[in-house]
Amino acid sequence: MPKHQDIHSVLLIGAGPIVIGQACEFDYSGVQACKALREEGCRVILVNSNPATIMTDAQTADATYIEPVEWQTVARIIEMERPDAILPTMGGQTALNCALDLHREGILEKFGVRLIGASVEAIREAEDRGLFKKAMQEIGLEVARSAFGHDMDGARQIAEDIGFPVIIRPSFTLGGTGGGIAYNREEFEDIASRGLEASPTHEILIEESIIGWKEFEMEVVRDQADNCIIVCSIENMDPMGIHTGDSITVAPAQTLTDREYQRMRDASIAVLRRIGVDTGGSNVQFAVNPVDGRLIVIEMNPRVSRSSALASKATGFPIAKIAAKLALGYTLDELRNDITQATPASFEPTIDYVVTKIPRFAFEKFPEADAHLTTQMKSVGEVMAIGRSFQESLQKALRGLETGVDGLDEKLLGNDPETLQKLEQELRIAGPDRLWYLADAIRRGWDQDKIQQTTHIDPWFLEQIIELVQQEENLRGMPLASLDALHLRALKAMGFSDRRLARLLGCRESQLREQRHKLGIRPVYKRVDTCAAEFHSPTPYLYSTYEVECEAEPGTKPKIMILGGGPNRIGQGIEFDYCCVHASMALHADGFETIMVNCNPETVSTDYDTSDRLYFEPLTLEDVLEIVAVEKPQGVIVQFGGQTPLKLANDLEAAGVPIIGTTPDSIDLAEDRERFQQLLQRLGLRQPENAIARSAPEALSKAKELGYPLVVRPSYVLGGRAMRIVYAEADLQRYMEEAVRISNDQPILLDRFLNDALEVDIDAVADQDGQVIVAGIMEHIEQAGVHSGDSACCLPPYSLPENIQIELRRQTVELALALGVVGLMNCQFAVQEDRIYVLEVNPRASRTVPFVSKATGWQLAKIASRCMTGQSLKTQGIPEIPNPPHFSVKEAVFPFIKFPGVDILLGPEMKSTGEVMGIGASFGEAFLKAQMGAGEHFPSSGTVFISVRDADKAKLTPAARTLAHLGFQLIATKGTAEYLRQQGLEVSTVNKVTEGRPHIVDAIKNGKVQIIINTVDERQSVRDSFSIRRAALQMGLTYYTTLAGVIAGAEAIRALMREERSVLRLQDLQQN
Amino acid sequence: MQAVLALADGSIYRGTGFGSSGLAIGEICFNTAMTGYQEILTDPSYRGQIVTLTYPHIGNTGINPEDMEGSKIFCSALVLRNLPRTPSNWRSSQTLPDFLTRQGIPAIAGIDTRALTRRLRNGGAQNAALLVGAEVNESEALAAARGFPGLLGRDLVQDVAAQKTSEWLLASGLPEQGYQAQPISHPQYHVVVYDFGKKNNILRLLADRACRVTLVPAKTPAAEVIALRPDGVLFSNGPGDPDALDYAQQAMREIIAAQIPTFGLCLGHQLLGIALGAKTIKMKFGHHGANHPVKDLRSGRVLITSQNHGFAVDTQSLPDSVRITHTSLFDGSLQGMAHNNLPVFSFQGHPEAGPGPHDASIIFDDFVAAMHQYGAHTHA
Repeated sequence: MPKHQDIHSVLLIGAGPIVIGQACEFDYSGVQACKALREEGCRVILVNSNPATIMTDAQTADATYIEPVEWQTVARIIEMERPDAILPTMGGQTALNCALDLHREGILEKFGVRLIGASVEAIREAEDRGLFKKAMQEIGLEVARSAFGHDMDGARQIAEDIGFPVIIRPSFTLGGTGGGIAYNREEFEDIASRGLEASPTHEILIEESIIGWKEFEMEVVRDQADNCIIVCSIENMDPMGIHTGDSITVAPAQTLTDREYQRMRDASIAVLRRIGVDTGGSNVQFAVNPVDGRLIVIEMNPRVSRSSALASKATGFPIAKIAAKLALGYTLDELRNDITQATPASFEPTIDYVVTKIPRFAFEKFPEADAHLTTQMKSVGEVMAIGRSFQESLQKALRGLETGVDGLDEKLLGNDPETLQKLEQELRIAGPDRLWYLADAIRRGWDQDKIQQTTHIDPWFLEQIIELVQQEENLRGMPLASLDALHLRALKAMGFSDRRLARLLGCRESQLREQRHKLGIRPVYKRVDTCAAEFHSPTPYLYSTYEVECEAEPGTKPKIMILGGGPNRIGQGIEFDYCCVHASMALHADGFETIMVNCNPETVSTDYDTSDRLYFEPLTLEDVLEIVAVEKPQGVIVQFGGQTPLKLANDLEAAGVPIIGTTPDSIDLAEDRERFQQLLQRLGLRQPENAIARSAPEALSKAKELGYPLVVRPSYVLGGRAMRIVYAEADLQRYMEEAVRISNDQPILLDRFLNDALEVDIDAVADQDGQVIVAGIMEHIEQAGVHSGDSACCLPPYSLPENIQIELRRQTVELALALGVVGLMNCQFAVQEDRIYVLEVNPRASRTVPFVSKATGWQLAKIASRCMTGQSLKTQGIPEIPNPPHFSVKEAVFPFIKFPGVDILLGPEMKSTGEVMGIGASFGEAFLKAQMGAGEHFPSSGTVFISVRDADKAKLTPAARTLAHLGFQLIATKGTAEYLRQQGLEVSTVNKVTEGRPHIVDAIKNGKVQIIINTVDERQSVRDSFSIRRAALQMGLTYYTTLAGVIAGAEAIRALMREERSVLRLQDLQQN
Repeated sequence: MQAVLALADGSIYRGTGFGSSGLAIGEICFNTAMTGYQEILTDPSYRGQIVTLTYPHIGNTGINPEDMEGSKIFCSALVLRNLPRTPSNWRSSQTLPDFLTRQGIPAIAGIDTRALTRRLRNGGAQNAALLVGAEVNESEALAAARGFPGLLGRDLVQDVAAQKTSEWLLASGLPEQGYQAQPISHPQYHVVVYDFGKKNNILRLLADRACRVTLVPAKTPAAEVIALRPDGVLFSNGPGDPDALDYAQQAMREIIAAQIPTFGLCLGHQLLGIALGAKTIKMKFGHHGANHPVKDLRSGRVLITSQNHGFAVDTQSLPDSVRITHTSLFDGSLQGMAHNNLPVFSFQGHPEAGPGPHDASIIFDDFVAAMHQYGAHTHA
């Protein structure tokens, strides 16, 4: 069937900021969809608040709105743009929910816009547990048995009917608090009664436990002619009970007979037909009882997903692209398989390799969080690896994780009862490191049955992990020279990294590599071709393995290799992928052959058509050197992928790899505290007083000299890892104990903390002729001390005097020249009164590059990559970049809601997972939009609760007055209330939590408070007010933990009440 | 054990031997299905062939008694990337290596099967030999490969098909019953299946549709079949060159002339082509997999099908009396045809799956509909 003739313009709804469970896979999908729709001549209108995406580049869509993804904003866009259709299936649950809201509010009907890809009914039926269960029963599929209980008598009856064990889930509690698994009546009494109490509606869901069952996922695509294909099956190595996003997963499914697989295939297709996904991709999740093969449907998502991104990367079948075209009315057989370019898209990919995905967690950022894996997702990123066996793909994924492991590294040493008890516990209750504990258990002689009974991991996987550990044990103490070619080749084919082997053999990695090369053992590169080599594939999508035939077929054009950022983590995410993709685009346009190396399946960079060639490989020295040996690129770019490639820079350079742009030595100069200090002294620039300490006593004595408060951190970290502000000697002492563990032998840096200073971020780009252009000055909204990645900022500065801006520009240029920057540079300054301090300089891509590019219209990463390949700024025609006439605010988005028990206070350690951008004519409007994009719902009336530290009281008054003027009631704790009354404000008093009930948390829980202003400094009051902040989070209230935030927030509320809210088209703002 | 695989073009692959020791000769092909190795091994159509499975982990679910497509392993040898591991499946009763050993089938693992597949794709199917033992000699294997006469013009049906008439009433088993086949009680149709090396799932799917099946040897004269007064006749799949089976072509012509609903499947499809006056050709490397898209030209729908054939009916040679009903979306080759005036049709792929997707099973419904329409169907 040809394309619908009545669809000329399509509105695509993006997923908004990166949060846990919704990450850059939706940029990947959205970009594919935009490209696909435009290929078909559609005008594409895009809304997404996330500036760090390729999809929000002005070139990706015809009309781009970096605006909050919420129905009122989208309704205004619809009113302006009058699209024929909305495609809501590319932006995760956010987009689906927005589509439902638009339907509910009658917007779709009012403007005659149709939903394509998924209908309102389909979205609803897939989302609503009750409706879904009914639908599944109608088509003869089983779901887990369950029922709701409202009192203990009813609950007991349900539990008896279902049979133990049962899972109890209280309704409407945050993060499933108050639930649990009951294995017997006694436990049930306890958990169920607690659950009924915890639920605000006194309701619990009692569900058959399928924990420990095998878990599978099917990626299905359906067209309007009812042609259905399974793109990929995925098997979770971690069985039911752990969220798929947090599970180690393998594609294709490994432990299903054809009968079982086809049954699952039939069921998946039946689910799509019943739910009514007429066009596009969906995933269906299943559980299988390992004892009798019983099959249960868990859930389905009528949209592209993290799994569909994984499936696309795992097979080479671009689900989002195809789904977008199907939504326009095409059928599968009318579309081409891009990879083979010879066969149609109406087939099922078949693969001849194994794909393993391992999640990456960030619990080190949230030490108070419960690090156990449950049905709520907690990971922040993932790594994918391809190998010709499960063992090879697993071990490639392990080293691709970049968590400091080279394979199945040891977690626990010793055999004492305490260690063994810990081991048993870690295996029984999965945490982020279970796989490594599992290897430890094998080393201690646990047999397969015991491990299987404890972990429920399928024996097929276990046996192979056991073999890997046994191979390791055989190597211990063996001299390198006695390892013959046959044995070493076999080990490499099992995926062992050079580093891991070197460690086991007690030699250096370089020695092992040298010996390996001497024995002629090198990887070959095979193609991901969707068809297991049945058809010729002209697409160079490659992975390494140790076999005979190499299919790399390197080209002869001048080529540039770009090293990506690896798995997403807090501090290194989509922003760096954005830069890598831009470098690839620019250099491809310049006639280079671009080669991307990365192992993150969620990204645009690992789309097979982003670069000329794609190596889906871990970013370790070994893996990169082998690719370089095959491709022999003219230049390798390490400054765009974040810390991951930077860490390799020195070793790569030492191995003769041509690194282009800023030299590794310059990068080191900026990172090395002592060298950098000398440089600043030479340039006459100011730094906060600081010192370096290599031991706790040294730190304490140096701290005494500098005076408290201090910012302390280990050197060489990204994202403010282990960075703290210490106010007193006791804090520092405690810190030193922890920090030594984190940074090994790295020294600890101590900086005088600049109280009440403004922080400023500047991105600049420099060429090799010594020309430097300052691209953007960003004034932070939170004061210095909050990590720059967590701080909201505004471009251009909204309060920074002109003369300071001029001086900041001058210092930036000086620094770039002194460091010999070729490419990007980011500087962080603090401004205290009129004094400028240099906090940090990073001669590489920064997190703010996409934001600055969107705000100014100048695509910095493209400009920088051209500088790196020898073009000057002048030949590129890049002028001085002035401050733009409109305001752009970037706001950080945090995962606190996923981590019960974690405090939401901000500090020097970065905790945000993503960011949003708001653009407006005034600062207030831009800030308001950024806050809305971050999910904040500003109230326009109600009560503001205020409790601030003494130091903030003076500055509080204007903001409090503004809020009072806007009609808000003020309540405050005693001290703050008294102060405000003295300032002539009307304030009522409320008890602190420690002052007896009813207290402030009661008021919050009773819905009597709409806005919370709460700043603290010392440890004690942090603890006292913790329950206030958690209650605020739980109730979804607007809260401020910094005074700067309050002041900006008051501006935003003023803008909200004046209805100063336009929707702005990026293409109109970027006229250059 | 050592193993050496030699191709007639002189290429040699050394790997690890498992299964039985000894020499196996045949035409080497590759199958891209990721599941269903047991069904593939026990499919009689693989007689005379050495099967390379492109998915690197095979044997994961062991051998399950309910999943046999024939009575034993029919291919000559098996070629894998990785040695099979200890299987894991609730129904598994035996490991793949044990199964191969007991049936005397040699196998090789640890070779670059992707390189081999690319060679076959580019150079076409060819003769090969696998030698497995404590010590293996490359030149011996190579000589054996070059000495193999090949499949062209060979009647392999007599090696694999039933020699006696038998009855079949077993329907597909339910998952809850561990897929154990269950007899049907009230058959409504009587189908005679010409056994050229049939797969059990054909019979199960017929039984699922209330058909009682009489399985007859390949050389059964048409008159004997007509005397059974069947509602329909199915010409099964099987190994080798359809050109060599003139007895079957003859029987088919007579059955068609008797206006009995006739269904040709795989080899049966090729025989129908010849019986109606078309020609068959040997394909470059054939179709072997479970992901092949076939377009139903009548409905416009795409069926994902299981395929296993090295010969095809030449579209150019089709007589006017038949129309094309299905074509391959991979290469445009003929996948299904129907007689313009008679209840006679055929399908090149495997609508019975086993292994593979169930999309094409609707063709069995067409067959039953034809029997319903044409037959009195009172004598079941």
